[in-house]
Amino acid sequence: MITLRINGVTAHVENGTTLLEAAEFLGFPIPTLCHMDGLSPYGACRLCVVEIGEVGQSRLVSACTYPAEEGLVVRTASSRVVSNRKMILELLLASCPQSKTIQDLAAAHEVRQQRFRQEYEDCILCGRCVRMCEEQMMAKAIGFRGRGENRSVGTPFDVKSEVCRLCGACMQVCPVCELRCTFTEPEKAICGGCANLSPPCVDMNEYEDMMCYMNPCVACEIVRRDGELTAKEIDDVVV
Amino acid sequence: MKTRINPEDVFRIVDKHNNSQGAIISILEDVQATYNYLPEAALRIVASRTSHSLVDLFGVATFYRSFSLEPRGKHIASVCMGTACHVRGSRQVLKSFEDNLRVKAGGTSTDGEFSLSTVNCVGACALGPVAVVDGDYYRNVKDGDVSGILDRASRIDGALKMTDDERVFAVSVSCPSCNRSLLNDEHLLDGHPMIRVTASFGRKHGWIRLSSLYGDYRIQSEYAIPKGVVVHFFCPRCHAELRSGRLCPDCDAPTILLLVRGGGTIQLCSRSGCKQHFLDLGG
Ligand code: SF4
Ligand code: SF4
Ligand code: SF4
Ligand code: FES
Ligand code: FES
Repeated sequence: MITLRINGVTAHVENGTTLLEAAEFLGFPIPTLCHMDGLSPYGACRLCVVEIGEVGQSRLVSACTYPAEEGLVVRTASSRVVSNRKMILELLLASCPQSKTIQDLAAAHEVRQQRFRQEYEDCILCGRCVRMCEEQMMAKAIGFRGRGENRSVGTPFDVKSEVCRLCGACMQVCPVCELRCTFTEPEKAICGGCANLSPPCVDMNEYEDMMCYMNPCVACEIVRRDGELTAKEIDDVVV
Repeated sequence: MKTRINPEDVFRIVDKHNNSQGAIISILEDVQATYNYLPEAALRIVASRTSHSLVDLFGVATFYRSFSLEPRGKHIASVCMGTACHVRGSRQVLKSFEDNLRVKAGGTSTDGEFSLSTVNCVGACALGPVAVVDGDYYRNVKDGDVSGILDRASRIDGALKMTDDERVFAVSVSCPSCNRSLLNDEHLLDGHPMIRVTASFGRKHGWIRLSSLYGDYRIQSEYAIPKGVVVHFFCPRCHAELRSGRLCPDCDAPTILLLVRGGGTIQLCSRSGCKQHFLDLGG
């Protein structure tokens, strides 16, 4: 057992408990985004920041990945935590304003402005889909590719994955792709194709922004022609 | 230009790394050394033969800049775009490379000869603008110099050639009896065809492939050759023994004689494990 103090309240937790779990146990809410029960902690979004250590020598850590330590002092809502959390939300809004999840989080934390250059990314690289596919669906169909500003999520070589079984779990857990297939204008949002299985959704050309891993799209049965070709070429090459 | 993949070559690389966890980078390095890039088909084979998923292999392959998923040219040209070179006009130089090769930085010319890239400072700022072609540094490059630089790189393509980073020669060799080439285009190592000859020792008789890079001792062989054994080499075409009159100065074993295209001979000690060899370009 480990004893620590969160917001002045003493908690006794099992070895290996994260600060997030300990705080939840005591009833202190910590907002999360990349964290998901059933998936391994990842620490990508930093939304769950908390302050640890005595005032004056404290530091910020992500609660979802930091293990409880004996005698640790944790603050989940200090002014430093709150201002950092708001900044993170503001940055998330700058990259993915169309996400309902992010909008709701921003509203709940009273983020009233967005001062950065507005972009319309379709992914915040939270890794939920990647972990879902690997850890719960045992498929490993999608993963991170590239690095830095070129980092993206998708299938290897961007072709239809042989191991993806179109379960849709990746889309289910994505905090951004709820409004993904957005034609060409991000603001218009909502694809709706899935809700309307026939007739097929939209012409493939309209789907520049398509980020759905269901390739071909279940609703519209889009077949990525270039992808198919590559797959066939491979068969030709491997004799 | 798609490279033909021989699955056996990829299997061999995988087996060499014993499927150990964490060998992912070494495996990819070896695949790239063989094909000069990472062919999709090869990655798929690696994924099917190891515990690494294609997703992980692809993630690593796209993470590191030293890996390339596209075939690279025979020659690698990079233009320094670091601050010092930039202010001395490296943009013009790059443009000249792009115009000469008719390819944008990051691409490979349509004839597969040159890959063009940019680097940020190669540490020779005082000499800028700097261009590096096949490991040779060119200083104070002006846009007018570029076609000459490229010509030179193409010419070194003959008997001896510098490879991109290893600074070793690739030798093009033939049989001293029938004069036919001993290079085998189907098996590449570091992007160079390997030397394929017939080897015999004890009661074993089979093929053996040697790296064509001078000073490189990597071999692939049908049978494992125990250390210290003297091996007899034969031309696979005319079956003459590839033997010179000289003995190895280190271990007294007979030496193997190969003809170098463009003039000269190369002699290697025939004892497995002995690294004695000499290149004689006088002849
Ligand atoms: S739909 Fe495919 S990529 Fe998405 S979680 Fe399922 S198996 Fe993985
Ligand atoms: S696609 Fe969605 S779930 Fe996957 S990393 Fe991007 S934002 Fe996260
Ligand atoms: S399956 Fe088709 S309609 Fe549904 S979200 Fe994906 S692209 Fe849109
Ligand atoms: S929830 Fe902890 S870093 Fe995303
Ligand atoms: S900037 Fe070109 S060598 Fe340093």
